[in-house]
Amino acid sequence: MQVPSHVEYERAVSVEHALALLGRPDHRVLAGGHSLIPMMKLRLAQPGVLVDINGLAELAFIKEQGGQLRIGALARHADLLDSAPAGQHFPIFHDAERVVADPIVRLWGTVGGSLCQADPSEDLSAVFAAVRATAVIRGQDGDRTVPVREFHLGPYETVVRPGELLAEIRVPVSPGTGSAYEKVARRVGDWSVAAAGAVLQLDRGTVSQAGIGLTAVGAEHFVAAEAEDFLRGRPATEENFKAAAAIAAEHCHPVPDQRGPEDYKRHLVAELTTRALRRAAGRAAWAGAPA
Amino acid sequence: MTIRVAVTVNGREYARDVEPRLLLIHFLRDELGLTGSHWGCDTSNCGSCVVWLDQRPVKACTVLAAMADGRCVRTVEDLERDGRLDPVQQGFIECHGLQCGFCTPGMMMTARWLLDRNPDPAEAEIREVLSGLLCRCTGYENIVRSVRWAAEHAAGHAEEAAQ
Repeated sequence: MQVPSHVEYERAVSVEHALALLGRPDHRVLAGGHSLIPMMKLRLAQPGVLVDINGLAELAFIKEQGGQLRIGALARHADLLDSAPAGQHFPIFHDAERVVADPIVRLWGTVGGSLCQADPSEDLSAVFAAVRATAVIRGQDGDRTVPVREFHLGPYETVVRPGELLAEIRVPVSPGTGSAYEKVARRVGDWSVAAAGAVLQLDRGTVSQAGIGLTAVGAEHFVAAEAEDFLRGRPATEENFKAAAAIAAEHCHPVPDQRGPEDYKRHLVAELTTRALRRAAGRAAWAGAPA
Repeated sequence: MTIRVAVTVNGREYARDVEPRLLLIHFLRDELGLTGSHWGCDTSNCGSCVVWLDQRPVKACTVLAAMADGRCVRTVEDLERDGRLDPVQQGFIECHGLQCGFCTPGMMMTARWLLDRNPDPAEAEIREVLSGLLCRCTGYENIVRSVRWAAEHAAGHAEEAAQ
């Protein structure tokens, strides 16, 4: 029998209330709980007090506003999967959400929780890095924004400080953009062996901007920066996608474990990055890139 | 320290003083005696513990009872109403949807949720929604058939069809 560690419980009735509670020592946010509670069972996390934010409806939104897709931290995975504006502008979100955990877990796990968990194998970190999203972190003195590419300090560590709360993630909507996510896992609901997300902005068949996110393979900030640099300014061709994917596979740092040896994971990175770029390019063309 | 947790379960109100770390599955089984929901893998993998929390299925081994305070829970005990089986229950009987029965409560609560949103799901949709639940007897084919049976025999007709 797995029993969570001893803990006290507070229910936040407003964001301000949550922030006040989170400023106290050893208080920790409880959202969907689908990562935190299992970690408490294993004593990998032993917070003193849980601050339940599930009642904060003002953090549970997904909307398009002012040229941005705005996703509240408390939006559930299922909400993102069901969101029409998210799917329209960033098919990568729907690709990824179809393979995050399973349909029941997706009803409870939150988008913000995924980012804050900072698990190296978590899918949305690479996705938000690929789309160059911005995290809005709320504190008692107001909001500060941090690029998602600077949000994670390392495994299970983020820039969110005590007394702060991830409130929202913003993604700039750009015309002529296509995106996709490709994952290999051993079974439904499992973590990635490896996964790759790609975002391409095309201008007359040339890559004007590229975003490549990698999951579970030790990529710094979940990004394949060298591969992005290679693609920028080059024609969106299969040959260039394969060359960029090879660069991504070379520069990441996969660790051999029960999900596979290092060479297999590098092979997956190359193949999945190629596939994601190919699909992203197809979608960018379909989205009406300037011909 | 304990906290007061008040939950409406299957339409009835309950209040108990419990440890904040108590999981919802143990609250239901040990505090309320509702042992229809099964406690399985304890890691949110198997889904035997699925109940509804505010109209949506949840793996009750991975939420705290405290999180259900002030909310509504529905368990497998609520499927049968006034001696009438839910079509999902009848479907599991008709199509041999259970062998050992351990995963059955989670399967049925998830199936009921699916059918309420989508009364005529394709087989692929049934398989997708059940993909986070495990049957250790590996009786998936008959479970999917049972849900299809329930879809084809909506409430009111189940009893008739059974005769």
